Amino acid sequence: MFSEPFAHGNSWVHALDARLRIGVAFIFSCVLAVATTWQQAKFGLIAACLLLICSRPPLRPLLRRLAAVNIFVLFLWLTVPCTMPGPAAFHLGSLSCSLAGLHLVWLITLKANAISLLFIACVATMPVAYFGHALHALRLPGKFVFLLLFTYRAIFLLADEWQRLNTALRLHNFVATSSLHSYRTLGTLVGLTLLRSIDRAGRIHQAMLLRGFSGHFTSLAEFRFTRRDGKFTVAALALLLLYFTLF
Amino acid sequence: MHIAEGVLGPPILALGGALSLAGCALGLRRLDENRIIPVALLSAAFFTASLVHVPIGPVSAHLILNGLLGVLLGWAAFPAIAVALLLQALLFQYGGLTTLGVNTLNMALPAILAGYLARPWLNREGWPRFFSAFCCGMCGVAGAAILTALSLGFTDEGFATAAKVLMFGHLPVAVAEGLVTASAVAFLAKVRPALLQRPHHSV
Repeated sequence: MFSEPFAHGNSWVHALDARLRIGVAFIFSCVLAVATTWQQAKFGLIAACLLLICSRPPLRPLLRRLAAVNIFVLFLWLTVPCTMPGPAAFHLGSLSCSLAGLHLVWLITLKANAISLLFIACVATMPVAYFGHALHALRLPGKFVFLLLFTYRAIFLLADEWQRLNTALRLHNFVATSSLHSYRTLGTLVGLTLLRSIDRAGRIHQAMLLRGFSGHFTSLAEFRFTRRDGKFTVAALALLLLYFTLF
Repeated sequence: MHIAEGVLGPPILALGGALSLAGCALGLRRLDENRIIPVALLSAAFFTASLVHVPIGPVSAHLILNGLLGVLLGWAAFPAIAVALLLQALLFQYGGLTTLGVNTLNMALPAILAGYLARPWLNREGWPRFFSAFCCGMCGVAGAAILTALSLGFTDEGFATAAKVLMFGHLPVAVAEGLVTASAVAFLAKVRPALLQRPHHSV
């Protein structure tokens, strides 16, 4: 249901230290997020594409993810150029598209895709559980990591639960419309799902206590920084240096 | 409602990140180890709510449920929402690392505020409960829409129209969410009223 199509590969990107990948993704994302020129964004986009190609992602899920990003970008394409004040680039009937608006939206398109591709190449290439352990190794609070891992576990349970209740509704010939009755039914279903999940949490907690859970999160994952990681770090730093000398 | 990466300006990203960090720190401090699992389950509920589509006239929108989360969790809603959004970025590429702070703040701040304001009224039978739960659900979504619009508006004045479209487009969603929240609260009040009393002890 919630698949991780990029997480299980055997490219050298997958073999890199997870901590390093998260660090690189975070630093480069921040650098690109504050970029102000097309050149900077294109530089980032090319770098992200190269890294992504190295991780050999499956194409169909990749396109689906890019669609998720670009729906918001499309919304901006539809609204910003026609409404931004400034000199017009061209006219579409009575609408005039401003030059500054087109410039801004194109910059955003480049940045959004660059950062998202980088994220897919670096972070989506690890299983969520591994990502959590890497965050713990990066000194994020244990409670936060614990919450992340348990939430990840629980979304499968809840989606399943919701599906079951939904099937029951459909068997009773329920079709959701925009009526008060529909909203009331859905609301009751939400309440029921919440209640069941809280009860389920209680049982999980009791089971954990029985197995000697102390309340603290301990991770058994080991991360090793290899020679390959060293080379990648040098390459990433060189790229960063090139970026700041060029722009 | 997730703002994509690369859209917002540096001051907004920094402000959102800092405030979310503070909110999460506060939420985590108030969250003792015994409550992590229930909070995780509710965070997962918030995550899955975004997959549930409700019809609104000719279109449909997904539930958000941040107001309800605010009622049930109080300050713990901050880390719960942050975690759910991080998972949505990982699994669907909605939002991302740099916008996580802003997106969390936009969802969590109205949630906590709406929860805090609505909670005293939720235990009164009848209309007060219905009305406060409705407002809680509605204000959660409307507040998130307003904050999202403000984050866009303060980034660049060219986004002004996009921000307005986003805000007014969410008004019907807010009403639908208010109605769904009101009936969810009515159900919880009947079955487990303790959940609606004090967020730090009930869950």
